[in-house]
Amino acid sequence: MLDLIVIGGGPAGLAAACSAWEGGAKNIVIVERDRELGGILNQCIHNGFGLHYFQEELTGPEYAGRFIRMLKSTGVEVRLDTMVLDVTEEKEVHIVSAAEGYRVLRAKAVILAMGCRERARGAISIPGSRPAGIFTAGAAQRYVNIEGRMVGSRILILGSGDIGLIMARRMTLEGAKVLACVELMPYSGGLNRNIVQCLQDFGIPLYLSHTIVDIKGNARVEQVTIARVDARRKPIPGTEKIFNCDTVLLSVGLIPENELSKKAGIRLDRRTNGPVVCENMETSVPGIFACGNVVHVHDLVDFVTAESQRAGAAAAEYIARGERPGCDVLELTNGDGVAYTVPQRIRRSGVKKSAEVFFRVSRVCGRSTLCVRCGDGDIAEFKRDHLAPGEMEHIVLPKALLEKCGSGNLTISVKEVSHD
Amino acid sequence: MYDVAIVGCGIIGAAAAYELSRYRLRTVVLEKRNDVCDATTKANSAIIHAGYDPEPGTLMAKLNVRGAELAQELCARLDVPYRRVGSLVLAFREEERPTLEALYRRGVRNGVKALSLLDASEAHAMEPGIAPDVAGALYAPGAAIVNPWEYGIALAETAVKNGTELRRSSEVLSIGRIDGGWRILTNRGSVDAGFVINAAGVSSDKVHNMVAAPDFTIRPIRGEYYLLDKSEGTRVSHVIFQCPTENGKGVLVSPTVHGNLIAGPNAQAVEDGGDVSNTAQGMEFVRRAALRSVPSISFRDNIRNFAGLRAACERDDFVIRAAAPGFLDLAGIKSPGLTAAPAVAEYALELLRGEGLKTEKKADWDGTRKKIRFRDLSAEEKNRLIRKNPAYGRVICRCETITEGEILDALHSPIPPRSIDGVKRRAGSGMGRCQGGFCGPRVLAILAREYHMAPEEIPQDNDGSWILSGETKRGGSADA
Repeated sequence: MLDLIVIGGGPAGLAAACSAWEGGAKNIVIVERDRELGGILNQCIHNGFGLHYFQEELTGPEYAGRFIRMLKSTGVEVRLDTMVLDVTEEKEVHIVSAAEGYRVLRAKAVILAMGCRERARGAISIPGSRPAGIFTAGAAQRYVNIEGRMVGSRILILGSGDIGLIMARRMTLEGAKVLACVELMPYSGGLNRNIVQCLQDFGIPLYLSHTIVDIKGNARVEQVTIARVDARRKPIPGTEKIFNCDTVLLSVGLIPENELSKKAGIRLDRRTNGPVVCENMETSVPGIFACGNVVHVHDLVDFVTAESQRAGAAAAEYIARGERPGCDVLELTNGDGVAYTVPQRIRRSGVKKSAEVFFRVSRVCGRSTLCVRCGDGDIAEFKRDHLAPGEMEHIVLPKALLEKCGSGNLTISVKEVSHD
Repeated sequence: MYDVAIVGCGIIGAAAAYELSRYRLRTVVLEKRNDVCDATTKANSAIIHAGYDPEPGTLMAKLNVRGAELAQELCARLDVPYRRVGSLVLAFREEERPTLEALYRRGVRNGVKALSLLDASEAHAMEPGIAPDVAGALYAPGAAIVNPWEYGIALAETAVKNGTELRRSSEVLSIGRIDGGWRILTNRGSVDAGFVINAAGVSSDKVHNMVAAPDFTIRPIRGEYYLLDKSEGTRVSHVIFQCPTENGKGVLVSPTVHGNLIAGPNAQAVEDGGDVSNTAQGMEFVRRAALRSVPSISFRDNIRNFAGLRAACERDDFVIRAAAPGFLDLAGIKSPGLTAAPAVAEYALELLRGEGLKTEKKADWDGTRKKIRFRDLSAEEKNRLIRKNPAYGRVICRCETITEGEILDALHSPIPPRSIDGVKRRAGSGMGRCQGGFCGPRVLAILAREYHMAPEEIPQDNDGSWILSGETKRGGSADA
């Protein structure tokens, strides 16, 4: 029996495995379906990674490379080109590979680090014909950055998620004409720095509160019509704009990849589409932990790393000491303006010095106060100058504070003090 | 000179080719697209209808019931996914119960077996997912779900395996009489044949008009669909219809053989014969109608919308007859065309014999097909397969667990796919929740490698549907 199986060798799996090793777990296997470690970072050849964690600016492959080197200094075993087909509540992991065939591995603990996938056209039911030339931004990024191939010359981007913004710049640098970036919401879903560096710096217009209402083209995309949307996000007739283009890139959201988690009977949160986790990233199945984009979609890899290190350390502790009693639980609930929180549950006995809570707000706010409420009273407040759904928020709740509040729910909410 | 030329290789042309391949005949099939079964056959409700719907005495009624009988055994022989799940037609108000009774009587007259009328509580007991206000239902245990394009491809592949010639990307431009038969001019040269079968689907009126006076017009009716994630696949366990109206059988909700949930179609006459666009209004109509039957469907778990054309004409029945000596129309094949296909082929052969076609059975005909589906194998079988060929251990499509071995099988099949979607229709890669976002580049690389082609030459689907426009400034090398 293994100590630990880590599913996924991207940034989350790498950091979790390294930390579990440092925490004393010894018999660790990472299962990775691709031919190399690093996950999606390998195709993210732009810079901006590592500013928080390494205090320097790295590209995606460089960031991954540092963790791959760290991993090599441990005794963690890596199985590449290996697909996990099933995970059970008993921590059996069914794997298949060309080299080893179909096998079942067993471990004391499992860390889920499968990452996320892109939402595709069907998720938003874009009207029009269905020609070639409609790519998710990540698929286009793979063709351009890994295969060295262009996916078209006149591009329209739907959605202002970070991958879409990054690809607007990338396609422009490769000589394509990016006609516009079109966003359904009245604000961008991406990081502000990417709006500036990837659109504004290249004169690419951003149409907020707009969407695609028609795609024309028989074999390949020929024309796209966009229109302004009203407050209910329905297109307004008469506001159409037509673009002649051969390519549409979709950057319309990411979904945590939890098909394996479901098979293992793990409780999922409909808001994050990821597992419900405790303060130490343990899921509803004792001994199965989760971290990174499989739990919730992060904006910066540095935060994935930090979260995964916590999961790795907790898994090592679980392996050494066994199951932790689940009593004395604080449930976190969303107050006004909060879309989700991670963790969703805090076991006070499990909190060492403090508990970190990550969340996203559901609307753009100016100067605001983040209120943490327990029962009838506010127990903490945090000031923010600006809040946006595209940027993950993070607060630290000291153990002493958690001890003070009674049992029951912790509610986090946003109070806007003045609008931008 | 060929004995028979078939124009069009949808399910009807493929079934005809399969039927003819039993005999010592030189048969050629002409298909204008770069793949078979790539139009109406791939975009429909994927249902084998029981046969209570068509008017008694019509060809539609006769061939529907016969086709449904043939489908089960044929699908087993061809290793095509087929599940006899049964269907329910729902009545939402007492006033709709007479419609159910009329359907029941029609079904009995058409020879449909084991039909029964259910009251509200029986209907809810059989199918808990339906709306609480359902007042009754017609239950047809013989209705089935099938993979329609695999059904068609399997028929065509088996015909090719038995000596039928297939020419793809070959569009028929004109047909003229010659001594002893017909000369068919295509964009890729001409073909002479003693007999011609017109199975051109949405274009069957145009092909008819090449040899005979116009007497019917195809007026395509578009139907739009939702295909939902497998997480929604168990909302219902039967095919759920609503009472039919003059616009057709209405919106259905059904599990698919792949484990997804399908909802659709609407019915919209389209001017442009090839317009299979989705529309906001059409999708909204389907969504609302589907929720009327099955209120719990989560449309946020939709993975794909699509639309297909019914090759309907102004007549109320299929148009199956000799349009000229030795020239057969298999036209106006709307629903239940998929169900009727093998019976249409049987009937076509009978008509061709009447036209003078001599048929002599082949001694060595093999009407079977076998396919490896890695996902469905036991652990032991998986291991045996991987030991024999490690490519079966390499998962290319993660959502559907489709291996490189299965993709290579498709590439070496009797009708090798020429596009990413061609691989999808055979191996199932890209059918899942990410819709090929992950495996698309990998399938493209395998196609380029196996066919010794540049990545830029691999289309998404039909000719002209290019994916890559060239190298980046620094270029790169694709590897699978």
